[in-house]
Amino acid sequence: MRLLFQALSIAKKDLAIELRTKESLNAAGAFAVVILLLFSFAFDPDANATRELGGGLLWLVFAFAGALVFNRGFARELPNECLDALLSSALSGASLLLGKALANLAMLIAVEFVSMIVFGIFYNVRWWLRPLELTGVCVLATWGISVVGAVFGALTVNLRLRELMLPVIVYPLLIPLLIAAIEITNALFANQPLSAYELLWGRVLLVFDIVFTALAMALAETILVN
Amino acid sequence: MPRAIELDQLWKFYGDYPALRNLTLSVAEGSCCALLGRNGAGKTTLLRIIAGLSPFQRGTVRVFGLSPRNENARRQAGFLGHGIGVYEDLSAEENLDFFARIAGLPSPRTIASTWLDRVGLARVASMPVRQFSRGMRQRLALARTFLHSPNILLLDEPFTALDDRAIAMLSELLIEARARGATLLISTHQIREALAISSHVALIENGRLRYAGERTPEMLDDPALLYRLHTELGAA
Amino acid sequence: MREKVVIGLAVAAALLLAYNLYHIFLVLPDEAMQGAIYRIIFFHVPAAITGMIGYFVALLLSLAYLSFGNFRYDSLAASVVEVSVVFSVVNIVTGSIWARIIWGIWWTWDYRLTSALVCVLIFSGYLMLRRAIDEPTQRARLSAALCIFGCIDVVIVWKSIEWFRTQHPGPVLSIRTGGGHIDPAMEHMLYSNFCAILMIAVALVLIRTRQEAVAREIDSLRRLANAV
Repeated sequence: MRLLFQALSIAKKDLAIELRTKESLNAAGAFAVVILLLFSFAFDPDANATRELGGGLLWLVFAFAGALVFNRGFARELPNECLDALLSSALSGASLLLGKALANLAMLIAVEFVSMIVFGIFYNVRWWLRPLELTGVCVLATWGISVVGAVFGALTVNLRLRELMLPVIVYPLLIPLLIAAIEITNALFANQPLSAYELLWGRVLLVFDIVFTALAMALAETILVN
Repeated sequence: MPRAIELDQLWKFYGDYPALRNLTLSVAEGSCCALLGRNGAGKTTLLRIIAGLSPFQRGTVRVFGLSPRNENARRQAGFLGHGIGVYEDLSAEENLDFFARIAGLPSPRTIASTWLDRVGLARVASMPVRQFSRGMRQRLALARTFLHSPNILLLDEPFTALDDRAIAMLSELLIEARARGATLLISTHQIREALAISSHVALIENGRLRYAGERTPEMLDDPALLYRLHTELGAA
Repeated sequence: MREKVVIGLAVAAALLLAYNLYHIFLVLPDEAMQGAIYRIIFFHVPAAITGMIGYFVALLLSLAYLSFGNFRYDSLAASVVEVSVVFSVVNIVTGSIWARIIWGIWWTWDYRLTSALVCVLIFSGYLMLRRAIDEPTQRARLSAALCIFGCIDVVIVWKSIEWFRTQHPGPVLSIRTGGGHIDPAMEHMLYSNFCAILMIAVALVLIRTRQEAVAREIDSLRRLANAV
C-alpha cells in the first residue's frame, strides 16, 4: 500500500510538472503526428496495405515517441540534485521507479490517443470498432514500454550520450512486446475475432509486463543507488 | 551513550581505488560532529554513504542500528547536499507538500504551510521556484531538509554560498534540532565555524580517519591544530 | 601461469581446428540435398551454441557480482559477453549466407534468427553502456542489471516466437532428436568443431578478462594521482 501511495505521489508530481511545461508531451505528440503524416504521404497506403501495416506503423511510432517521454523522466530529477533529495528520503527505490512508470504510462496513453485520431483520419481506419480490446492492448503494451523506459531512464540518467544510449538499449528489449502488440492490433483493425493465435500474443504481453515489472522492483535499489 | 551513527571498518572503492579506508567512527545520539578535511578527503563520499545515496564495499554502516537504505533509517534522517533538492517548475508550497507526502507525514499541506511561514516564504508560496532568488531557494532547501523533524541531520558544507539571512536561519534550526536531541553530522572546511557549534570532531585525510573525539578548547583557540597534529600534509 | 593456459588453449584450438578443417573440406562428402554449402553448419551451429552458453554464463556472473561485489565476476561477465557477441555475429552471418543459397533469401523472422539478432542487439547495447561509464563500480552494477534484463528478454523472445514462426531447420543433433537426422560422421565433426570454437572462446575470454583488470588498475592509479 505504502509503495503504491508513494508511487502515486511521484507520478502526480511528474504529471504536474509536465502539464506545466509540456516538454515531453509536445515533443512526443508532435513527433508521432508528423511521422504518421509523413508515412501517409510517402506511401499513400490503400486499405489492404493499411490493414497489414497499420499495427506495425502505430506501435513503432508509439515506441519512438515513448523515447522522448522517458528520456525526460529521470532527467527531470537532475537539476538541483532532486534525485539525491528523493533517494535520501523515506521513498523506496521501487516506489520511485513505479511512480515514473505510471507517469510515463499516462503521458504515452495521451500521445497514443491523439495519434489514433490522426491515424483514423489519414489512413481511413475505423480503429474504434473494438474499443475494449484495443484499450486492453494499448494499456498492457504501453505499461511494458513505460516500465522498461523508467528502468533504463534511471540507468542512463547520469551517462554522457544519454539520449543515444537509452533508445539503443531499450528498443531491442521491447521487441517481443512490440511484436505482440502489433499482431493483436492488426487483428483488431481488421475487425476479426481474436483467435488462439492473438490470444497467445496477449499472454506474451502479460508475461512481459509481469516479469519486467517484478525485475524492475527487484533491481530498483541496484540501479538507483550507485 | 546510544549511537546514532556507527561505522565499522568501512571501505568504499571506485573500482580498485579506495576512496574511504577502514573508517571506524561512532557518533553519539544528540551530539554534533564536525566532519573536517581538505577537498577530496572523502567527506562528501562518507555523508552520501550514511544518507543511503552511495553503496560501500566493505564494513558496516548503521543509522540507529539500521542499514542506511532502510526506510525507517531514511525517515529519521535529513540530508542537505550541494544541490537544493527542490523542483524549479513547482511552487514552494507544492515542493514542500510533495516532500511531506513522501516522508509519510500527516497533514502535508499544513506542514508545508507552517514551514513556509517559518522560513519567510509564505507570501511567495504559490510562486514557481524558478522565479525565486538564490537566497529564497536556500531557505526553501532548509525547509525541505527540516520539515520532517529529522533525528539525524547530514549536512554537506551547508554554510557555503548561503546569504546572511539563510545562515541565521540555518543556525537557528540547528540549535533547535540539538535542543530536541537530534544528531548532527556536518561536513565543512570552514573550521572555525564548525568548531564553534560542534561537540565532537572527526578529521579525514585521503579517505582515512585521522582523528575522532571531543572538541577541545585548544581546537577553538587554534583551529589549524588538528591538521598540524594529525595529518601527513600538516606535519610536512 | 595464466599466459601458459591461454597459449596452451590457443595452440590446442589451432591444432584441432586445422584437423577439423581438413576433415570438413577434404574428407567429408557433400550433403545429399544441400551440396557443398552444408559445410557452413560446422561453424554456424557451434558459434550459435557458444554464444548462447556465453550469455547464460554472463547472467550467472552478473548475479554473482551483485551478490558478492567481486570485480573478477564483472570482468569475466564483460569478457564473456564481448566474445559471445562476436560468435553470435558469426552465427548470423554464416546463417544468412546459407539461407541465401538454399532459400534464396538473406533473412527471415524465424524464432531462432530473431532471438539471435535480439541477443546481438541487446548485448551490443551492454557493451556500449560499459564504454559510456567511467567509474568501475557503477559500470559493474549497471551492466549487471542490464545483463539480467537482457537474458530474461531473450528467453521471452525465444519462447514467444517459437510458438509461431519456424522456417529455420529443426534440430539435428542426436542428443535432441534421438538420431537419424544427421550422418554420424558429420555429427562427430560438429561436436569436434564446437570444442575448437569453445577453446578459442575461452582463450579470448581469458585475454579480455586480464585487459579489464588492467584497465581497472590504471583507473585506480589515475584516481590516486589526482588525489595526491
